[in-house]
Amino acid sequence: MATFLINLITSAVAMGTVFLYGCVGETLIEKGGNLNLGIPGVMCLGALGGGVGVTLYYMIFENEIWFFLILFSLVFTMIFAMLGGLIYAFLTVTLKANQNVTGLVLTTFGVGVMKFFGKNFNLITFSQSSAIFKKFFVGYEALGDFGKVFLSHGFYVYLAIVLAVLVSIFLNKTKTGLFLRSVGESPQTADSQGINVDKYKYSAILVGCAIAGLGGTYYVFDRFGGQGFSDAAIDAFGWLAVALVIFSTWRPGIGILGSILFGGLYVLPYCIEISKSQIKLFAMLPYIITVLVLILTSMLDAKNSQPPNSLGINYFREER
Amino acid sequence: MEKEIAIKLVNISKRFKNIYANKNVNLTLYKGEVLSVLGENGSGKTTLMNMLAGIYQPEEGEIYVNGELASIHSPKDSFKYGIGMVHQHFKLVDVFTAYENIILGLDRKTSKNTINEIKAIAQRYGFEVDLKKKIHDMSVSEKQTVEIIKVLYKNANVLILDEPTAVLTPQETNKLFNVIKKMREDNKSIIIITHKLNEVMEISDRVTILRKGEYITTLNTNETNEKELTEYMVGKKIDLNLERLRIQATQPILEIRDLNVLKDDGTVAIEHLDFYLRGGQILGVAGIAGCGQKEMCEAIVGLRKFKGSITHFGKSIVGFSPEKIKEIGISMSFIPEDRLGLGLAPNLSITDNMLLKTYNDNKGIFVDRTRGRKEAEDLIKRYNVVAPSTEVPVKNLSGGNIQKILVGREIGTNPNVIITAYPVRGLDINSSYMIYDILNEEKAKNTAILFIGEDLDVLMTFCDKIMVLCHGKNMGIIHTKNTNKEEIGLMMTGALDLTQVKKEEKYGIAEDSRLSEDEWKKLREEDQKNEDREQS
Repeated sequence: MATFLINLITSAVAMGTVFLYGCVGETLIEKGGNLNLGIPGVMCLGALGGGVGVTLYYMIFENEIWFFLILFSLVFTMIFAMLGGLIYAFLTVTLKANQNVTGLVLTTFGVGVMKFFGKNFNLITFSQSSAIFKKFFVGYEALGDFGKVFLSHGFYVYLAIVLAVLVSIFLNKTKTGLFLRSVGESPQTADSQGINVDKYKYSAILVGCAIAGLGGTYYVFDRFGGQGFSDAAIDAFGWLAVALVIFSTWRPGIGILGSILFGGLYVLPYCIEISKSQIKLFAMLPYIITVLVLILTSMLDAKNSQPPNSLGINYFREER
Repeated sequence: MEKEIAIKLVNISKRFKNIYANKNVNLTLYKGEVLSVLGENGSGKTTLMNMLAGIYQPEEGEIYVNGELASIHSPKDSFKYGIGMVHQHFKLVDVFTAYENIILGLDRKTSKNTINEIKAIAQRYGFEVDLKKKIHDMSVSEKQTVEIIKVLYKNANVLILDEPTAVLTPQETNKLFNVIKKMREDNKSIIIITHKLNEVMEISDRVTILRKGEYITTLNTNETNEKELTEYMVGKKIDLNLERLRIQATQPILEIRDLNVLKDDGTVAIEHLDFYLRGGQILGVAGIAGCGQKEMCEAIVGLRKFKGSITHFGKSIVGFSPEKIKEIGISMSFIPEDRLGLGLAPNLSITDNMLLKTYNDNKGIFVDRTRGRKEAEDLIKRYNVVAPSTEVPVKNLSGGNIQKILVGREIGTNPNVIITAYPVRGLDINSSYMIYDILNEEKAKNTAILFIGEDLDVLMTFCDKIMVLCHGKNMGIIHTKNTNKEEIGLMMTGALDLTQVKKEEKYGIAEDSRLSEDEWKKLREEDQKNEDREQS
């Protein structure tokens, strides 16, 4: 039993990291008042960027050097994801297009681009690099169960947790974070106080997308063993990430715990012996829990657990 | 001693689409004075001030700050020139604390000292504020305090207060005025936008009057009086070529006693209002915008909760659903400020909008579009609506035509009571007359009409009686032939309350009511019982 639990939690943490990246990125964007339903697409674009980075790495280096391989994957993932974010930001912030429609279009676009260009990569180098992605701490085996649960993961897992903590501190403790939240709550107020609403929205969207994109690369190269893009269900994880934002009531700190819960629910059916149809039932659980959280926060009218007040609404200064 | 000029506006004009909100406005503000900007709704007071605050940009004209030409393109520029504005609808983030709201947009670093600095400002002007309290837990007056401190903390030397007393109790108003006086002693300049004459007289040194977007004059407060200010504010009476049908009015159709309605934010919209509508008579309602007109209309047609008694042909309609009220013949057409949004779906065609009103009569699950189209065609023909076809989205039509469709559709249901608010809002003369003609036709059919209007000239010529509302209170109901514009102006601003002056007159209680006083009493008791039950 104990072994089963240890294995479950370890897998849950590893799987949850995919959701956590999307969740942290989307939280940052939503705190600036933009509802980005393009997160699944952005994660796909990020994964594609990761593939480009890894491929480029093997064109320059012959052996696997941990630092440079990770660095290449990080940089290119972020560039690709930010390009997706730039499209979204330009359409919604500059041109004031409808956020929901733009987001959904971005998702379709991102998934399509990844599947289309993803066919052309050299998958042998991918699976070689996967071993590097999974390696970070050495000698954790000596620490027994503790080592397994907490120290056996790849670098991206720890990066996700660090980013979640950093974003949480940024939003709640820094002045810039406060200004960003004011943009998401009431852009009229922010504007009247001399805060450049568009600048804040653009920054939040770009940085948020960069973070979310990392989830895609992490999934393909760590969880999926570098098996390429054609079978990777990244968009499905993207929607779970959006659900996790609601579940976490826009708090990245709770997002960390939520991601482990969501990850656990996702891997649980694979750890126990059940039929295929029952797996589908388990797959619904994260969404059902999110709905319950929504119902609870609405019923309790918890003022501090509500979405940003201007979420999804574009801002025009001279509107009357 | 010559006073120093803080701000000078020269020939400022601002257009929204093709309508001038401000046209060639001049204004001078001296250091250490309180200037009132007075005007009716839509006279462009707030727009003018928003240009100083950097929210809007003027199309023409110059702004001088301390004698130098200033270019204000954003609120940030405005702070740079030491201008701060407290908006009528507070610009505060509800889920933030007072402190967080105050430091919003601040460039300099915050430290422990910041709190002390804010506290020092609060103390100096006699504010009491809990900086750790969240805005959503605050009363209106507390929120205003935060707004003012916010502006002061940003080192504003010119403070603009937009209708600061509209939401305050008399005690809170007094407190605010003491603060304003202290700021004046500190050589700060204060602009206060208002339409309450008594406050103008009490607090300000000078008063600038705007009417319909244009600059009228500036007066020293101690050289003028409320009557003169009202005259400037409402203007001379204009003779309109409008006919007032004279027909014998019937017994009251709709009678309302002791109506109490709350606004969305829980503040009082209407209190203890009595009035009645006779068939073949138009009762006009005059009042500054936001004095409870909208809430009153919504209460009558069942869209808003209220306390009080409403009878229709002597039968209570309290607790009826909006559908039921429509069925018994009470129709409402309310034209909101943006014209779209209440009553018509902008993206749907004229036919579809006609169907919205009558879908209930439709048998079966499919929509009877032929009938809807026929109704739309009839309406277009009858009211000369300019529309390419019945299938164009309503939003593509001009304002006048949209309103004709809305009013026409409501009247098409053959109501016996018509409640119409601002039906000519934003219309040109010809379209307006078309609407007046429609209403006069209905009046001739012995329909009871409640007409909520903006233009006093129109109300004076067109209506049989006028009821004046001031902050949800009835200031009196008068026959238009027995009154004049100045009297109504004074009532609108609360300077004259006929219900207090002539206490013997029972305003809004019909002598030939369909119910005896005993029956009213019984009805009132029943309604009260229901209200109590609902509350518990």
